[in-house]
Amino acid sequence: MEQFLAFGIVGLSTAAIYAVIGSGLVLTYVTTGVFNFAHGAAGMLAAFAYWQLSAGWGWPVPVALAVVLLVLAPAFGLFVERVLLRPVQHLGEVERMVMMVALLSGLIAAARWIWNPNEARPLPVFFADRAPLRAGPVTITWHQALTMAVAVVAAVGLWALLNRTRTGAEMRATVDDRALAGLTGADPVRANRVAWILGTQLAAAGGILIAPAVALDARQLSLLIVSAYTAAIFGRLRSLPLTFLGAVVVGCLESYLTGYLPQNAYLPGLRLAAPALLLFAALLLFPHRRLRGRDRRLAPVPAPSARGALVFAASVAALGAVLATVLQGKDLITLGPLLPLGIVALSYVPLAGYAGQISLCQLSMAGIGAVVWAHLGAGGQPWALVVAVLVSALVGALVALPALRLSGVYLALGTAAFTVVLDRWIFTLPSFDVLGVRISMFDQGSLEVSGPSLLGLRLDGERELMVLSAVCLALVSLGVAVLRRGRFGRRLIALRDSEAAYATLGGNLLAARVAVFALAAGIAGFGGALYGMQLRTITAEQFSLVAGLPIFLIAVIGGLGYVGNGLFSGTAFVGPNILLGLASWTQNVVAVLPALAGMGLGHSPDGLVPRLRREWEPVARDRVVLPAVLCVLALAWLLRIADAVNGWLLLAGALAGALALRGWAAARRGAAAEPEIPVEWWGVRRPWRAEDGEVLARGIARG
Amino acid sequence: MSALLELRGVRAAHGRITVLHGVSLSVAAGEVVALLGPNGAGKTTILRVAAGVHPAESGRLLLGGRDVTGARPGDLARAGVCLIPEGRGVFPNLSVRDNLLMMTFAGRTRAEIEEIAFTRFPVLAGRAGQTAGTLSGGEQQMLALARGLATDPAVLLLDELSMGLAPLVVGRLYEQVAEIARQGVAVLVVEQFAAAVLGIADRAAVLVRGRIERQGDPGDGLRAELSALYLGSAT
Ligand SMILES: Nc1ncnc2c1ncn2[C@@H]1O[C@H](COP(=O)(O)OP(=O)(O)OP(=O)(O)O)[C@@H](O)[C@H]1O
Ligand SMILES: [Mg+2]
Repeated sequence: MEQFLAFGIVGLSTAAIYAVIGSGLVLTYVTTGVFNFAHGAAGMLAAFAYWQLSAGWGWPVPVALAVVLLVLAPAFGLFVERVLLRPVQHLGEVERMVMMVALLSGLIAAARWIWNPNEARPLPVFFADRAPLRAGPVTITWHQALTMAVAVVAAVGLWALLNRTRTGAEMRATVDDRALAGLTGADPVRANRVAWILGTQLAAAGGILIAPAVALDARQLSLLIVSAYTAAIFGRLRSLPLTFLGAVVVGCLESYLTGYLPQNAYLPGLRLAAPALLLFAALLLFPHRRLRGRDRRLAPVPAPSARGALVFAASVAALGAVLATVLQGKDLITLGPLLPLGIVALSYVPLAGYAGQISLCQLSMAGIGAVVWAHLGAGGQPWALVVAVLVSALVGALVALPALRLSGVYLALGTAAFTVVLDRWIFTLPSFDVLGVRISMFDQGSLEVSGPSLLGLRLDGERELMVLSAVCLALVSLGVAVLRRGRFGRRLIALRDSEAAYATLGGNLLAARVAVFALAAGIAGFGGALYGMQLRTITAEQFSLVAGLPIFLIAVIGGLGYVGNGLFSGTAFVGPNILLGLASWTQNVVAVLPALAGMGLGHSPDGLVPRLRREWEPVARDRVVLPAVLCVLALAWLLRIADAVNGWLLLAGALAGALALRGWAAARRGAAAEPEIPVEWWGVRRPWRAEDGEVLARGIARG
Repeated sequence: MSALLELRGVRAAHGRITVLHGVSLSVAAGEVVALLGPNGAGKTTILRVAAGVHPAESGRLLLGGRDVTGARPGDLARAGVCLIPEGRGVFPNLSVRDNLLMMTFAGRTRAEIEEIAFTRFPVLAGRAGQTAGTLSGGEQQMLALARGLATDPAVLLLDELSMGLAPLVVGRLYEQVAEIARQGVAVLVVEQFAAAVLGIADRAAVLVRGRIERQGDPGDGLRAELSALYLGSAT
């Protein structure tokens, strides 16, 4: 009994922290409409800052606390509001969420840069020197008591602020209708600022309170967000009392699982994954509705022309061949994952671009493909690759079934929870039997992966694998282009534009969603298997949620609706890795790049791929410049093969040449440019073009 | 009668397209002016300029003779300009009570506002805790109009109060509007459903493609002209 009570106290004090962080989530959601994935990361940053001031620089605890909670946290909240959110304020809910994912990913990378993750940083509990309080059989430390008191004060204070004051009403009114809030004498900007300051302060308080109990680790602290979100979902992201209750359920569940879970090789991960499982369950159980009147912005999804798709695929394959011949030694290994991860990123195009399903679990699907291939394809049998794709697709379909109830940002949250369950539990399991089939994961460590045998050839060297990946990326890109042009692709876009309309038109929502999830997971699994071949040894860590976020961000920045996104994302994500060897700090720079890119979303919400396309199209259409570009590239390539120039010179030379020629092409085009012809005269003063129909349709649809 | 609200030569644009080409319009205290015109004429834009939500490119906006061109919507609201926008002018995720709380900016206390709103619109009293977005269309318009009652505005700007409502409800709402005007408020009403508003209007203005084509008595001549305009038979 005493033990039971003791675990209860531990659970309640953890619950108090979840309640503090969770109520911050509710606050930011109801007052700014932002799904704040980075809330836990803000708490993490506060914990590190507090450690730096108090333990690192020896400031007195009260001063350090005051500086963090009253100066740094509000400043950070204002920074987020001003710099990150205002540029995407006019875009949709999903864009704002992507911003927060970028912030999460960026803060983890930045914290690991500033505070070397290999050093231990113990943080003392508060009032460590005071004897614990005793009440009958229960013992409560002062730190625990303080935590609970903070939670109660925060909850009551917030509730009163939101529901009993005009400021609270103004803050909630601002999310509903900014313009109308302005008409009723409120200041929407001020309301948002107050919300961000308070929200960040709550995150900071939670981070500082929990840091002594867990290790000061950037990833682990940031992922507290999972537990906090579980609590907030209990309150449907709206009700503070229910969030409090949710926090108690999660906190106690974790504590009692620690205490009473039987000792067994399969179960320790379950305890770690419990908040994520609970989050998944809570998302499914509690019907949630979006805030009313939230509009979505629908990005364009142009249909690639057959010729364009073929040319693109051929260029991808050619690029693989060039890379395989040009690169040497370490660079060959560093850039190996470029094309396989491009395939993984490409899986976002049908799923998120066409069907509008935001999923954060694509890299996990890649992990499943890699694991299956590692176990079955050790001998290089090609059928094992097919099995890897099928198993990933099957898992994708299984995720889609429960996720059918979720959409938009909730789907993103649900798939993130699923990924955490995989990371913390499933991927760490020793092998087990289901219905007589032996299922193995990462064998609790790492797996060796070998290359496949195709047509009697054993493809095991980096160069061969590079070419293989390029051909695969080319084929998958082509496949996605065909999909977009076909009936299924159009149905997916209809599904994205309006689920209700799709259903009333007789479409089968369940079938379409399951199919697109399975398809995307299959593509990701295929990419994952190739990625594994390049890496040669794989660990669960390489396929975790935190590892997958940058790929998602890069894919969003590329533009989710574009087939060229696979190549773009692979290049943009893996390309900078060639800088890794240059200096010790380049690794950290490379780690924060995707997050920084993601934060630039406001500047080109429709993606960089269409922009690149626009810029390079004159070159491709020019009958003089195109051959010139090809000649320059071929020449550079030959020089490199003959070892006359080194890789950097080649890169610089090829880039400079191509850019110069692009300028030339633009100039030539400008000279011959047709005058802008008003829409009414298309097809009269100039010939009707194939793409005009779509341009007009979109123009009309946008009003 | 001196004008309480006055627009002088207002030009306004959406992006590069000019929507208002020098509109001059005035409304005196206690007067109801109906602003009529075909879809897309720029009626909503006029109201938005008058409430400070949309910037005027040139021209002046005067409130009680004072130049308030370029003032922010919040400041104009405190100065007594009340715009009930097109669609539903309520906060859909806030309860009826919280919507009423948002009306306290003009100085009345929450209790006084609830008292006013619930006596004028008794249905709302029974729904005080309900989320405004789940009210019926008519109830939402009543809640929106309550702002015009409870904040003691000097100028009330109404945009398509009747949108999607049954004629009976529209009639009741406009009775309230007439009542508000009798207390000395300057009322500018935009309405497609011209019959509903011409009954209470003292004056009517017809806006066509961003210009006031006609102003004057809401008499039969205007009605004939309007029907020609809407049916597209005359020029
Ligand atoms: N946000 C906007 N962006 C671009 N153009 C706009 C915008 N809002 C209105 N317009 C254009 O300005 C013109 C005038 O619009 P306004 O809403 O003022 O018309 P209205 O007279 O109120 O029409 P209705 O009777 O249909 O409500 C229209 O041609 C409209 O297309
Ligand atoms: Mg209008």
